[in-house]
Amino acid sequence: MEKIIDIGKYIEIIVNWMTVNFKPFFDLIKNSGNAFIEGVEWLLLSIPFYIIIIALTALSFFKVNKSTAATTLLGLTLIYLLGFWQETMETLALIVVSTVTALIIAIPVGIWSAKNKMASKIIRPILDFMQTMPAFVYLIPAVLFFSIGKLPGAFATIIFAMPPAVRLTTLGIQQVPAEVVEAARAFGATKKQLLFKVELPLAINTILAGVNQTIMMALSMVVIAGMIAAGGLGEKVLEGINNLNIGLGFESGLAVVILAIILDRTTQALGKKK
Amino acid sequence: MTSNKNLKIKVEDLTLIFGNNKTEALKLLNKGLTKEEILKKTNCTVGVNKASFEIFEGEMFVIMGLSGSGKSTLLRCLNRLIEPTDGDVIINGRNITKESNEKLLDTRRTEMSMVFQNFGLLPHRTVLDNAAFGLEIRNEEKNSRLQKAQEALETVGLKGFENQMPSQLSGGMQQRVGLARALANNPQVLLMDEAFSALDPLIRSDMQDELLELQSKLKKTIVFITHDLDEAIKLGDRILIMKDGIIEQIGTAEDILTNPASDYVKAFVEKVDRKNIITAGSLMFKKVAACHIHKEGPKAAIHKMRDLGNDVLPVLSEDRTFLGLVWLRDCLAAEKKGEKSLSSILKSEVPSVYMHYTVEEMLPLITESRAPITVVDENTGKFLGIVTQSSLIIESTRFDKNEIIELKEKAKEQ
Repeated sequence: MEKIIDIGKYIEIIVNWMTVNFKPFFDLIKNSGNAFIEGVEWLLLSIPFYIIIIALTALSFFKVNKSTAATTLLGLTLIYLLGFWQETMETLALIVVSTVTALIIAIPVGIWSAKNKMASKIIRPILDFMQTMPAFVYLIPAVLFFSIGKLPGAFATIIFAMPPAVRLTTLGIQQVPAEVVEAARAFGATKKQLLFKVELPLAINTILAGVNQTIMMALSMVVIAGMIAAGGLGEKVLEGINNLNIGLGFESGLAVVILAIILDRTTQALGKKK
Repeated sequence: MTSNKNLKIKVEDLTLIFGNNKTEALKLLNKGLTKEEILKKTNCTVGVNKASFEIFEGEMFVIMGLSGSGKSTLLRCLNRLIEPTDGDVIINGRNITKESNEKLLDTRRTEMSMVFQNFGLLPHRTVLDNAAFGLEIRNEEKNSRLQKAQEALETVGLKGFENQMPSQLSGGMQQRVGLARALANNPQVLLMDEAFSALDPLIRSDMQDELLELQSKLKKTIVFITHDLDEAIKLGDRILIMKDGIIEQIGTAEDILTNPASDYVKAFVEKVDRKNIITAGSLMFKKVAACHIHKEGPKAAIHKMRDLGNDVLPVLSEDRTFLGLVWLRDCLAAEKKGEKSLSSILKSEVPSVYMHYTVEEMLPLITESRAPITVVDENTGKFLGIVTQSSLIIESTRFDKNEIIELKEKAKEQ
């Protein structure tokens, strides 16, 4: 088919222009971001594996339930025995960094969008775009801006994982009963008091559901990010695919599943607790 | 009630318009266009249309209207939860509508508290913390605010429930928490927005009684919104009736029931059981002929009765204290005997009531003898007027005399 309009060309021009003109900015992000990721990675890897296993098991035992505690204990032990401990911790570090960064952006944006109709009108389609654009596509500008490595992996992950947190924060705030908000205003609450004493506490469960979704999406993206040398389990999975190594593919895939189950159950339970 | 009239809230030409073209709509409204015309021309809805009224200190002022009448909107203009489009709200001599946001927050924190239809409690906080919310908002120190909240909870009868969550309480109890939260701030003005409408009827009635009792102690200025005329009558020292954003009438329950200002109010009022509201004061004939015992004897009494076409007259002492009734037949007999004084034929064991007695309370006083019921002053015993039995019957049955005669005849025929 003949191409009649060429949007791609313009996007390319813009991205290339940004790559050239914002280079110092991107470098700054790259350096500080890498330091952040490596710091978390270093922390997770310097703690002996059994302490992490015990700590996570204890957390899910006290905060979630016994069966999740058992899954955590067995799952993490299995990962260790399979020899994927380092890759799993790398992946976990990337998830932690991406999720934290995504939430730092997503929650304020979500609040803003809940409070301001105009903001909501603009943010909504952007979120739709971010969520439905095939995840692999984010890898291209990520690599162009930051070359390959962990940081572009985190960058792509953040963009991909952010929308549910924004949406659910907005939803949570909007779901706060109008009368409760009115009551707070009637007693002379300032906007800040209203947000921190009423809206956020009442929206917290919904927001935490968004956090859970963000973590899960980050996990799925982290594997994809293995394609740009982000390391971790993603690379092992890719290695399995490239070499048609069924054993390696299965084992590394299993490690991802275990990590996913543990993260999901734990964050979900934390959300419900309150 | 409002005898000691200290102006607390003054509302002048308060107008609220919903929509995007308020300025234009307000111009048209000032030109005298109707709500419908303004809606058609500007796509704006007039929520409150030039409302003016005054509320006095210690008064329970009820704003009544059906849904969509603008009553809740009007209430929210008093503390500017909704920003009025035009007009003034003056509380304690300060024009709230002109106040800066900072000052407004301060007013809301210290001078007026609000109670909501669906309570508006914070579900994640205990009853005590909910009651302390208003104090927390005004940054009161923790111990002092918890103590004040505790006292407020005790006032509304919730001692022992401090550590429960709102969801563990019934609707009535939750509204008590709402009331405690409002009272903990110790405001001068309480705004109550359909505060009891979400409660079931028995609890509602209890809460009304308790509010009245509380009010007799606390003497707050209360603005109470309701759609229920019975509730308005029960609670209100004065009632404001609203329709389509316009004030139809302001007055005491009795004013409104006896002199409805418009057909709308009349239609409303007809549904009410009047027996509990209409009092002797409004039914009585004030300028009634009477005999004065110190100067009039049987002869003079007979003369008066014949003049009036009446066969019974009240007898008063020199200082107009009510003594009893004399009947025409007794006067005639006494005259024959040549008696000069009414005292021997005076029937002193006749019913007399005070001004505030209701029709319901007076009905048992209807006797075979057709004797009118005398209204006397509660403190001095002085004669004020009489209520005839026929007017009592008309009030309680809504039939007039002829209709009752007809009914009687029909009954006889059967």
